[in-house]
Amino acid sequence: MKRIVLMSIGFIFFMAVIAQTNTLKESMNRGKKVYDKVCLSCHMADGGGVPKMNPPLIQTSYVLGDKKKIIYIVLHGMNDRIPIEDEYFSNNMASHADLTDQQIADVLTYVRNSFGNKADAVSISEVKAVRNPIKKK
Amino acid sequence: MKKVITLLFTAIIANAIIAQTVDPTITVPQGFKAAKIAEGLGTARHIAISPKGEVYVKLNYGKRSKYQNGILNLLDLNKDGLIDSVNAFGNFSGTGIAIKNGYLYASSDEEIFRYKLDANDKVINANNPEKIITGLISRHEHEAKAITLDNAGNIYVNIGAYSNACQVQDRQKGSPAMKPCPILDSAGGIWQFKADKLNQTYGDGIRYATGLRNVVGLDWNTATNSLFVMQHGRDQLHDLFPDLYDTKQSAELPSECMYELHKGSNCGWPYIYYDHLVNKKIIAPEYGGDGKKSTDDYQSPAIAFPGHLAPNGLLFYTGNQFPEKYKNGAFIAFHGSWNRAPEPQEGYYVVFVPFKNGKPTGQWEVFAKGFAGKDKIENTRQADHRPCGLAQSADGSLFVTDDSKGTVYKISYNK
Repeated sequence: MKRIVLMSIGFIFFMAVIAQTNTLKESMNRGKKVYDKVCLSCHMADGGGVPKMNPPLIQTSYVLGDKKKIIYIVLHGMNDRIPIEDEYFSNNMASHADLTDQQIADVLTYVRNSFGNKADAVSISEVKAVRNPIKKK
Repeated sequence: MKKVITLLFTAIIANAIIAQTVDPTITVPQGFKAAKIAEGLGTARHIAISPKGEVYVKLNYGKRSKYQNGILNLLDLNKDGLIDSVNAFGNFSGTGIAIKNGYLYASSDEEIFRYKLDANDKVINANNPEKIITGLISRHEHEAKAITLDNAGNIYVNIGAYSNACQVQDRQKGSPAMKPCPILDSAGGIWQFKADKLNQTYGDGIRYATGLRNVVGLDWNTATNSLFVMQHGRDQLHDLFPDLYDTKQSAELPSECMYELHKGSNCGWPYIYYDHLVNKKIIAPEYGGDGKKSTDDYQSPAIAFPGHLAPNGLLFYTGNQFPEKYKNGAFIAFHGSWNRAPEPQEGYYVVFVPFKNGKPTGQWEVFAKGFAGKDKIENTRQADHRPCGLAQSADGSLFVTDDSKGTVYKISYNK
């Protein structure tokens, strides 16, 4: 009996891992479609960006760090002259607030797990939280 | 036997020298030779060579280069034709550099300075240049202040538009264009200032030409006694108007244009762009265009090139070293594209445009290629070298800078 319980727990855990992997894979697949349509023309197919113009999405603190920051940039664009990993980039980035929460979660999950990056997925609720911040009274 | 060995030894040494002075990755026409005379300089933008042969290079991001400065005087102390030493000064980053009447002019992204040269064309007081122009707009995009001078005491400065197409929200799909475009009051054109007056700003200069999105390559043509510029055309026709332009059209359009400017010239940005496939000035989609509607308003280009090649250097050749066909023709350094994805990128070469009676004749041709180091570039950063600045030395050789790896090439001709 004990063995059956253990096996069951193991099986549930195993299924959960598969489900998660599938979710990640599906999100990545959807995210790639968004990336190719919306991001690729500036950040390039390899995520390397354009030297001095469009920042790379490879191993930067912006992409791998605090998810709120990168979600905010996708929603609001970036027109400030701010160094990224000690390098300045000239081109303005448009806001992509027209993408759905799902699309933004997918594309950022894709970016955070492509081009040599490895970081946890971005969820729809995380995007929602940045898009509709709870106003302090 | 000893003689044979000596001969062999000599041949090896000579070969070693040739390997340094000829860069086999660069292809040039028959009779020409491309040497790599310096490398690893940093972000080598524009270049100027004095009548006595002093070579000065402007670095962008100079403060973070190994030289901790923005201007390099390249030296060949052992006279072997290769740069072996560098004298760095000018604590400001930027693009523009030029030499005229005993002065070296150099720009940051907001100001223009000049340094007096001594009898040997060396900078006299490297720590104390004269500030001749100040307060120029630099707002993130198209900030480089490329410069050139005429023979009447004037300096011409590009003030690039801090925008792609003058939309309310830059590069934002669906964001409307501003009508009229307010950027043109203080940017998006070429301004003329006095070359010898201190602390000039907008009120002291004149807007010499307008409707130019961004110019990096420009040169005073002494044969026509007029200013020629290369405009960087707008980006993202497909991204912003996917219903009007597919990705192939967006890669090829709009044309990169050469204009001959006169006081009051208006080249039409952001209202129009040029389409070299149909030879028409097309109304920009932000201003009511549909990709086909054209206009006769605004100045037409002297010659037009495929889209996004990024002309960063322009030089009219006045030397006697190259064959006759090159005299008074234009060399253009194309930095190479980024805005052609998902199509392959294009450019990364130096082009020659033959001129006759002050106008381009016939077709332009690729003069020097191979800078990218690969046949096909999909992502811009794959390009090993990117041509940026051009200069002609006193003996008529052509110098080309690369701002990716900081290489300087010298192209010379030997019958």
